[in-house]
Amino acid sequence: MKEKIISIIKAHGTDTARLMDILLRVQAEFGYVSTEAVSIMATMLHISEVDVVQTLSFYHFFTTDAVGKYAVYMNNSLVSCMMGMKEVVDEFEKQAGIKFGSKTPDGLIGLYYTACIGMNDQEPAALINGIVFTELNREKVRNIVADMKAGKSVNDMVAVIGDGINANPLMKSMVKNNIRKSGPVILADYTLGIGIAKALTTDSKSVIKEVKDSNLRGRGGAGFPTGMKWDFCSRETGVHYVLCNADEGEPGTFKDRVLLTERAYMVFEGMTIGGYAIGAAEGILYLRNEYTYMKAYLENVLNDMRTKNFLGNNILGKGFNFDIRIQMGAGAYVCGEESALIESSEGKRGEPRNRPPFPVQKGYKGKPTIVNNVETFCSVVRISEKGASWYNAIGTSESAGTKLLSISGDCKLPGVYEIAWGMSINEMLEMVGAENVQTVQVAGPSGICLPPKQFDRKIALEDLPTGGSMIVIGQHRDLLKDVVLNFMEFFADESCGSCVTCRSFNMILRNAIEKIVDGHGIKKDVENMLAWSEILRKTTRCGLGQTSSNPISTTIKNFRELYDARVKDVDYQSDFDMQKSVLASCEAVGRSSVVHE
Amino acid sequence: MSKPIIATTSLAGCFGCHMAILDIDARILQLIDLVEFNKSPIDDIKTFTKECDIGIIEGGCCNSENIHVLKEFRKHCKILISLGECAIMGGLPALRNGIPVKECLEEAYLNGPTVGRNTERILPNDEELPMILDKVYPCHEIVKIDYYLPGCPPKADLIWAAVVALVTGDELNIPYELVKFD
Repeated sequence: MKEKIISIIKAHGTDTARLMDILLRVQAEFGYVSTEAVSIMATMLHISEVDVVQTLSFYHFFTTDAVGKYAVYMNNSLVSCMMGMKEVVDEFEKQAGIKFGSKTPDGLIGLYYTACIGMNDQEPAALINGIVFTELNREKVRNIVADMKAGKSVNDMVAVIGDGINANPLMKSMVKNNIRKSGPVILADYTLGIGIAKALTTDSKSVIKEVKDSNLRGRGGAGFPTGMKWDFCSRETGVHYVLCNADEGEPGTFKDRVLLTERAYMVFEGMTIGGYAIGAAEGILYLRNEYTYMKAYLENVLNDMRTKNFLGNNILGKGFNFDIRIQMGAGAYVCGEESALIESSEGKRGEPRNRPPFPVQKGYKGKPTIVNNVETFCSVVRISEKGASWYNAIGTSESAGTKLLSISGDCKLPGVYEIAWGMSINEMLEMVGAENVQTVQVAGPSGICLPPKQFDRKIALEDLPTGGSMIVIGQHRDLLKDVVLNFMEFFADESCGSCVTCRSFNMILRNAIEKIVDGHGIKKDVENMLAWSEILRKTTRCGLGQTSSNPISTTIKNFRELYDARVKDVDYQSDFDMQKSVLASCEAVGRSSVVHE
Repeated sequence: MSKPIIATTSLAGCFGCHMAILDIDARILQLIDLVEFNKSPIDDIKTFTKECDIGIIEGGCCNSENIHVLKEFRKHCKILISLGECAIMGGLPALRNGIPVKECLEEAYLNGPTVGRNTERILPNDEELPMILDKVYPCHEIVKIDYYLPGCPPKADLIWAAVVALVTGDELNIPYELVKFD
């Protein structure tokens, strides 16, 4: 074991900044990271054991105990639950003979929950040893567990292969693309090299000007003008870096999954153009751990681009050097925040940084860095190819171009749609075949819960901004129990814990909504939740805490009647149950637990 | 007019908040001019003999007896005050809240480094003992609490100012220094 770990550390240049990769390799090799492994890493990397442990303990997919020969990570996010996760969970538990959150005594099967894995259009889905299993049902689970007991390799359990690149021998995944609508920018026909070739014929300032003139704004959700970001970064001196944010963690978003599958060359080409624009020689694709199944294919794309001289030294003979490496994440929603993503890329806990300085000033390794979304880089390639004015003519006055939407939930045609900005929610619902809609969750849990009377609003950065997540929720759903509680559990889990209010209030709000769902709520609870949401929004460092109360605040605002119907108009009500709360201790000491009031 | 009546108790606390009450020093003479005490460790009255105006609670609830006492206070006091961190949020005792109660008991009575000679390996189970709750609850999750005085312990000046304002009906003016903890 020791020799193996030493060789893994050496393979990563004995570099502290590669601690994430070292931990990932050790986790993959041994199924967990032992205290012995921690000690070896600390010694060789010249850091304290606590430094290793703080990174190790931060991420969902690092464990200090063996997770089982077959580790099932079941997605328990909203749409998975909507599509029948309960049945799947029940069947897994029945077949494996254990509950979720544990592993079989022989260490063969481990069952765990995880947050959205980017498969909302084909739920319920789970990861088994990193391989994606979609559209699960009782029968499939029975076969999977039988295969596990027979010792079959997980790759061989994948019976039906998905479409397009998903069928590539390096991917061989059952994931479907579900591309429902192509647009002119991203999903139209693409030929490698036109964009970068054109960019390299001009100087870097002209490239930035073209991006600025296109009015392209960041596609991750915040909508910051891309050209401006690049301009700021290019003005800084010294080494520069390009980071591509492929940590698509917002529940309900899966368009980057499709782009990395079908437009991987375009993503990397866009990063190269970005590198040329700001004067960087190194790019990093930060890929979420849930998309590990794509890694071999993506590495191959990078090699292919190197062979064809689209990456490496003297690209296309124009004297520009640029290369890209892939940084895997390890399961943390907050790493989608750009400064957390940078911290994570440096091998640390994914805790957002204080700003300023902004990443364009001091980013990766303290150097000026641009962090852009996968879709943003794809857009840049087309802008370079077709020009700013062509691009600018698409969309609305404040939101140029097209947007990829990941639409899921209660609709006939879930999948990825490339639309011009400006489409109304009504038009969108018609497009996806959705009827009897109670609400649309726009931009994921951190977005807003939109009532039908606002369905004439436009999907655009100036009206309804979104990173792409659109979850359609039908009339038959219990909005507070199924949706709001699920979202608050997610945020309580995913808060990095750095800001006190985010650490505490997400938990307090989760408990408050649960109290109401359980029928113990009073009017004052609703008022409290609104007040606490406001405090949380104002007192946290990053976007997570600033938006995590949205499931509560937007449903109180837009669906107040659902709360009023559930809460009592009394001064005070406790949900404390003495009988229940003394059970565990009485059982432990062996005495009667009868309560005499 | 008869004097307002105060009752106090310490639940899952360390009595530090009661010490802080005594920290009002000589003002205790003014206090007994202002109010009468009923059930309280201060005068050692064990059970309510009168209906009270103000109940001051130190500590959260960690066992069935705490719950019983707190409910008695709510029944017999017009106004309840959570005094200090433990009453308000569970405080130090609530550190056990993330750990299953069975593990806590085993650590305390069987496996902990300071456990003496528990040769029969007994976890206290006499039916007369209060039952331990699954976690430590702040008082407001059990009964309605009217006011909260923060601190660990709250400063004597804060307790004094609050009680006097309540009793006299004057406006409560708390200098920032009294509720600033960093």
